[in-house]
Amino acid sequence: MSATYNGPKVCLWTLDHADPASLATYVANGGYEPLKKILAEQTPATEIIEQVKISALRGRGGAGFPTGLKWSFMPRNYDGDKYVVCNTDEGEPGTFKDRDIVEFNPHQLIEGMIIAGYTLGAKAGYNYIHGEIFELYESWEKALEEARAAGFLGKNICGSGWDFDLHAHQGYGAYICGEETALLESIEGKKGQPRFKPPFPASYGLFGKPTTINNTETLASIPWIMRHGGQAFLELGKPNNGGTKIFSISGHVNKPGNYEIPLGTPFADLLEMAGGVRDGHTLKAVIPGGSSAPVLPADIMMGCTLDFDSVAKAGSMLGSGAVIVMDETVCMVKALERLAYFYFEESCGQCTPCREGTGWMYRVIKRIEHGEGRPEDLDLLMSVGTNIAGRTICALGEAAVGPVQSFIKHFRAEFEYHIANKRCMVGS
Amino acid sequence: MPVVTIDDKQIEVAAGSTVMDAAREAGIYIPHFCYHKKLSIAASCRMCLVEVDKVAKPLPACATPVTEGMVVRSHSERAVEAQKGVMEFLLINHPLDCPVCDQGGDCLLQDIAMGYGGVASRYAEPKRVVTEKDLGPLVATDMTRCIHCSRCVRFGQEIAGLMELGMPGRGEHTEVMPFLAHQVTSELSGNVIDLCPVGALTSKPFRFNARPWELSRRRTVGPHDGLGANLAIHVKGNRVYRATPVDNEAVNECWLADRDRYSYEAINSDERLLTAMVKDGGQWLAVDWRQALAQAAGALKVIRDTHGGNAVGFIASPRQTVEELHLFQKLARALGCENIDSRIDRADFAGQRDGVEWLGMPVADLNGLDRVLLVGSTVRKEQPLIAQRLRQAVKQGAQLNVVHVADDDLLCRVANKLIARPSGLVEALAQVAKAVGAEVEGLGTVVVSEAAQALAASLKSGEKKAVLLGAVAQQHPAAAELHSLAQAIARATGATLGFLADAANQVGAGAVGCRPGQGGSNAAAMFAEPKKAYVILGAEPELEAWDAARAHDALAAAELVIVMSPFLGHGSDYAHVMLPIAAYAETAGSYVSMEGRLQSFNAVVPPQGEARPAWKVLRVLGNQFDLAGFGQDSVGQVLAEALPEGEATVRARLGNGIAGVAVAHLHAGAGIERLGETPIYQLDAYTRRAPALQATADGQAGQAAAASGVLIARLGLAEDKPVKVRHNGAETVLKLVRDDTLPDNVVRVAGSLAAASRLGPRYGEISLEKM
Repeated sequence: MSATYNGPKVCLWTLDHADPASLATYVANGGYEPLKKILAEQTPATEIIEQVKISALRGRGGAGFPTGLKWSFMPRNYDGDKYVVCNTDEGEPGTFKDRDIVEFNPHQLIEGMIIAGYTLGAKAGYNYIHGEIFELYESWEKALEEARAAGFLGKNICGSGWDFDLHAHQGYGAYICGEETALLESIEGKKGQPRFKPPFPASYGLFGKPTTINNTETLASIPWIMRHGGQAFLELGKPNNGGTKIFSISGHVNKPGNYEIPLGTPFADLLEMAGGVRDGHTLKAVIPGGSSAPVLPADIMMGCTLDFDSVAKAGSMLGSGAVIVMDETVCMVKALERLAYFYFEESCGQCTPCREGTGWMYRVIKRIEHGEGRPEDLDLLMSVGTNIAGRTICALGEAAVGPVQSFIKHFRAEFEYHIANKRCMVGS
Repeated sequence: MPVVTIDDKQIEVAAGSTVMDAAREAGIYIPHFCYHKKLSIAASCRMCLVEVDKVAKPLPACATPVTEGMVVRSHSERAVEAQKGVMEFLLINHPLDCPVCDQGGDCLLQDIAMGYGGVASRYAEPKRVVTEKDLGPLVATDMTRCIHCSRCVRFGQEIAGLMELGMPGRGEHTEVMPFLAHQVTSELSGNVIDLCPVGALTSKPFRFNARPWELSRRRTVGPHDGLGANLAIHVKGNRVYRATPVDNEAVNECWLADRDRYSYEAINSDERLLTAMVKDGGQWLAVDWRQALAQAAGALKVIRDTHGGNAVGFIASPRQTVEELHLFQKLARALGCENIDSRIDRADFAGQRDGVEWLGMPVADLNGLDRVLLVGSTVRKEQPLIAQRLRQAVKQGAQLNVVHVADDDLLCRVANKLIARPSGLVEALAQVAKAVGAEVEGLGTVVVSEAAQALAASLKSGEKKAVLLGAVAQQHPAAAELHSLAQAIARATGATLGFLADAANQVGAGAVGCRPGQGGSNAAAMFAEPKKAYVILGAEPELEAWDAARAHDALAAAELVIVMSPFLGHGSDYAHVMLPIAAYAETAGSYVSMEGRLQSFNAVVPPQGEARPAWKVLRVLGNQFDLAGFGQDSVGQVLAEALPEGEATVRARLGNGIAGVAVAHLHAGAGIERLGETPIYQLDAYTRRAPALQATADGQAGQAAAASGVLIARLGLAEDKPVKVRHNGAETVLKLVRDDTLPDNVVRVAGSLAAASRLGPRYGEISLEKM
């Protein structure tokens, strides 16, 4: 069988056109029509939210929270400013999808944010762009200028009398700023540290005002839903997992890159689209949803379809759709050492379990990798992980523990070999 | 009000309470580090994790709002497992060397580790080491011990109003530190020591001097400003080792100004007067009490008998106790002397007052004000904790308005301000009075500025208002005019008129009649028209007086000066008899705070050397003259005599009304003028002798002359270089520093400063010359 997907794409369809990022390309293909229609008809917010609920659009940033439900949390009759924030702080190792949306289809994101702003009664929106993709900050600003010039942003949008504007905010590359409340702190000019919830951003968000934060891909999906209807979006995917989703596949495959395919596509198909495991090698393990998702061994993964519910059932999470493929040459201890270092380095240091625990886990794994492991280390790592997970202010604690516990769970023998023989089971 | 169940105890709590609030109310202790009742919620230490029914994860009690019917378990297996997990994390990088830590025995981490820590550590990796930070002379650091609770950081932002500590760095590299090459300079900085739950921030002067379990904590009252801060003096072997706050929500809450915390150093100073001394042929001789008292009384009797009682001046510090001041004025009056005063640094005594000046309201009510006019107050330095309360009021939306002689940073939003030179202060306040339509005569020529209009509009709105006069206003040469204008403004706007007492017993001194009687001279007059003899109690007029040079000269020329002081000081230059009296903390007694609160206390240590409590010395002096009414056996008896109904007697004697003052000083001077306010750590004999306080930025700043950059440039002078200061025919050399909060043509040369003590009055024309 030869796996391909030729159906509609929600986000990266402009890549099939010359000059994909331009306003002209976007408008020529029906762009901004949904916005104009909404403004002309003064579509009630409740109707828009209803369509988003029908669509089963789930948050594309990693948590998979139903977007329509999130939008319904925003206070309707709030006497004051409200904000919409787009999270383009794409820092999860393995993830590189949002940058492509901003780079190749910025206007769909802009339109999505405007519709969100209209629906949620926001005064303005911010797009928080990750520090390591700083060139996109410039191109995003350019796209905003285009949209402003065309009357889609600013005062009296499309002659509707409604005002709304968008701003860019440059991050500086801290992973933690992808956490929605740390991101808000960062926009406010403070140190990027997550806030304790409750209160949630919908009641106390940016500058203390009700705020909705969505991932780039989520917001970029909105115009498609408004144009084709929630039902059509749902039908692109599978029940409770509407739409197509961009999968960023990396690692030991022949054709790494972004693949926008329907939710529910078998992993085996995605692997085939990506040219399969690099030649002469066999699949060993896959991290299916960005580095914080628990690793799954090849056999489990090959039987899994790519949607939020199926991957969760298999013991991991779809996360941001960053699929990291590892073949048999990978030393799982070394791989885990690298991942543990990332979380140790990126912990914001605010709360105790994560600040202290990520360093502890990293140091123990490093010892094992360097031939100084002790037999009791594996149980210690599992126990330290248990003491971190679920006891921190934000999800970084769980994110750091996920790899550690899953690597040990599925590849314990490899770790034990490393401890006993002071060297890798694989490779030299 | 929601009903919640915590550890099987049902309790009804206010809506909006957290689980921690509810637990505290139910008397259930939940371990915590970052939580503090006065600070915002960080929820970061995670020590207070508790189990909440129907919630999968443990939740932090400090940040979890209660809901109706919530069932919380703080000591269940799951809760304790989570708490123990956090404890282990807190300890992995914390040095486990309590025996060499200054906080040992006094440490929240140590205490809670006893309950939740393991017997041995599972952590076998290298431990974190953090470099020390120089926070200045008051706070020592041992940053490796820091557990990142962020209480010190939040204190700076939320209470002190000045974020001098932050937490840069991420993850394990997070460190508490000041700005690069900056120290902590807040006048409330010492509170971070109490807040720090570990040994990361400790008291520098106290460090490694005693273990907490060796110390007895004994309560007393702060001897400096008129707040009456409640504090505990820590004593070992009759020596004072440190001072810490005692919670009193109505007074100091749980805070202490640095001077109340560190001035104990003066008690142990080398300058203590340890024996009675008499001058014999120009030589000082140490003598016993019997001889000293006999000689003092004998000499005083000769002068009284020869020249009459009013040939003597009785000057007392307003930081002596109610009992001491009562006996002091009683002795004077029994000797036929009405020259009695404790208002040493005041210049203007005009007008008829209807009582003893006081705050006009409870201190705690300051937080609830919504309009404030602060007149002539460098409030952060004069009243560190009052400033803190005003700051909290501003946070709640109060409009703070200022009429002052310098544009100080009050570390909060100031709604409107009029900054004038000292000689223009009356005119500035007169603008406000005119703008609010106050009934004051003689304001016809006053031109109301836009700022004064805005200020007036602020005062005319709002409900709970106060007009508060600070130390600069009270020391001002036209203080009575300022008082009178402030009274008119308060009346016109429905505000309460109040005085910020800058001395611990300023109100008490007035209440017991330590004031000139019929035909008597006030403090300034006693030096302006020198007396034959002086009796000085606890004061240092050669530094503190309105005109220090004149005071010194009057004392030096007198036939007899009897000094009762805990310190040797300059008294030895001019005195004839020096009687060693107990320092604060060494005597029992009472203070009346600025809100009229009578607070009595016991001695916490015996007096050093031969020193005796002043009330006993005064009693025996009375006996030397065979006077009736000097037979008291205890301070209690003296207090009962001084204030028969206690606080009620005080209240009956309070009053902020003034009459008979014409507003005349409406034209600012033309030349360069002196601003001679008292710096925070030159306030009294104790602060002047506390080395750690003197070493602080505030302590150092008080020693220099300051002027705006504009004035320094115009005079062709150089910043941070010595400059010759001429005033009133005298001169001195001081370092000149730049201070752009000062108006043009104003030079701040502090009063109460030894180096400036020859310069004459605190205000008036002054000149600066290049060296």
